[in-house]
Amino acid sequence: MNKQSVRNTEKFPPEISKEREVYLQKKQRRKMWIRISQWGILLLFLAQWEITARLGWIDSFILSQPSRIGNTFLNMAQNDLLMHLGVTVYETLVGFLLGVVFGTLLAIILWWSDFISKVSEPYLVVLNSLPKIALGPVIIVIAGAGTQAIIFMALAISLVVTVLEMLNGFRRTDPEYIRMAMSFGANKRQIFTKVVFPYNIATLFNSLKINIGLSLVGVIAGEFLVSKAGLGYLIVYGGQVFQLDLVMTSVIILAVVAALMYEAVVLLQKLVMKWYGH
Amino acid sequence: MEVLNVKNIQEIYQAENGEISALKNISFTAQKGELISIVGPSGCGKSTLLSILAGLLKPTGGEVYVKGEKVNGVSPHIGYMMQKDSLLDWRNIYKNVMFGLEVRGMMQPEYRERAEKLLKTYGLYEFKDKYPSQLSGGMRQRVALIRTLAINPDILLLDEAFSALDYQTRLTVTDDVYRILKQEQVTTIMVTHDIPESISMGDKVLIFSQRPAEIKEVLEIDFEDPDRTPISCRNNPKFSRYFDHIWRELSANE
Repeated sequence: MNKQSVRNTEKFPPEISKEREVYLQKKQRRKMWIRISQWGILLLFLAQWEITARLGWIDSFILSQPSRIGNTFLNMAQNDLLMHLGVTVYETLVGFLLGVVFGTLLAIILWWSDFISKVSEPYLVVLNSLPKIALGPVIIVIAGAGTQAIIFMALAISLVVTVLEMLNGFRRTDPEYIRMAMSFGANKRQIFTKVVFPYNIATLFNSLKINIGLSLVGVIAGEFLVSKAGLGYLIVYGGQVFQLDLVMTSVIILAVVAALMYEAVVLLQKLVMKWYGH
Repeated sequence: MEVLNVKNIQEIYQAENGEISALKNISFTAQKGELISIVGPSGCGKSTLLSILAGLLKPTGGEVYVKGEKVNGVSPHIGYMMQKDSLLDWRNIYKNVMFGLEVRGMMQPEYRERAEKLLKTYGLYEFKDKYPSQLSGGMRQRVALIRTLAINPDILLLDEAFSALDYQTRLTVTDDVYRILKQEQVTTIMVTHDIPESISMGDKVLIFSQRPAEIKEVLEIDFEDPDRTPISCRNNPKFSRYFDHIWRELSANE
């Protein structure tokens, strides 16, 4: 593999053909245009928002405007933005980790015992289709109106999905691999740790990617219901006191946070896959 | 020396819509270093027999003895190789070869050195750090064979082990494998649907009947050539006679 790529780069500069040059240029140009269009749409959107607000065509009190959002952001940054951000990120990460760990453990149990898995099937189906937010009041009563309730909510939303996703992956493990392991006398634990789990590293990361988003949904929903801090709290508070600038700013920050957390999972996946030799 | 003794194996499947009798009174023996191929109409239960010998399936009746010892479940004396190489693509070649040793708790240096020696002898040592996806189908199959031989089995079971390879590769790989098996003196039971393959590799060919399978005939293959290889056999005048014979036996079933 390596040798070949070295050879390729050695060969490359003198032997590049005209057709290839055209092809590469075309590819490069296409890539550039995609980038330009992506940024263009954003800038255009922001510009028309600002202009229409300044001209009074839209009510900037309700819909806010980019410059006011910028000011609000600077204002927040000087005050307690980091604290709110920290609270939301902390709750999301805890909910996410709990969801992944418990979800995977439950999936392992269900994979292990076909009987338990068959018994719990209808419950899982119902729990999966139930909108977990409806459990909000129950969760608050059980866990108390605080951080625990919010983490609980995040967990409730991400847990069942993780269980089903992981279980599905475990079950789809190539049966030939399992047969091969069995022919060497592997026991169930060895089959799991040496074949089924490594085979499902990609499944695990898919589930992590889904979970980080779901966990954030749970946290924001939880913060809407109970809380004295966090981005969800800021959004609800802003709505109640009619400070739409605060609402918009918080939503935008939330979008950035969500994207960053997702990217972090993608980065982790790349690192692990590299280490795993995929 | 008799290594394998299969006695009156019988297998009846329990399915939702009734019983299916797959094997009936299968008995045969194998000497050390002998290569026995099994041919039969498709779906006759050849692979079921191998699953039983491998200990993955419990027969409804009968016993299997390896070196006089009764086999119960997966035996460390028996290696099993399937059509798919099933190399784990997240492990490099070295670690794939060590898989069986790892599972069996045989990671002591002497076993590992043996496996490394096999890799070296059969020209795969320089690929030990590569991953399965970087190897050709023929090489992958050879790695799978070494993985099976690493546990030092007395008996090797080959279940259509070469049928996933293209024809050209198949001929060279069977030639290689034949050489490896004869050199390591491994007793081999090979199931195949390829009649030429069964003749060119086998010392004996067991011809199975339609389901429920019985041994219809045991055909001794003797090319009177001490240096026979699967490819040289194919030019031997006796080859086509054996082929015709098996062909007639198998078509008589239909």
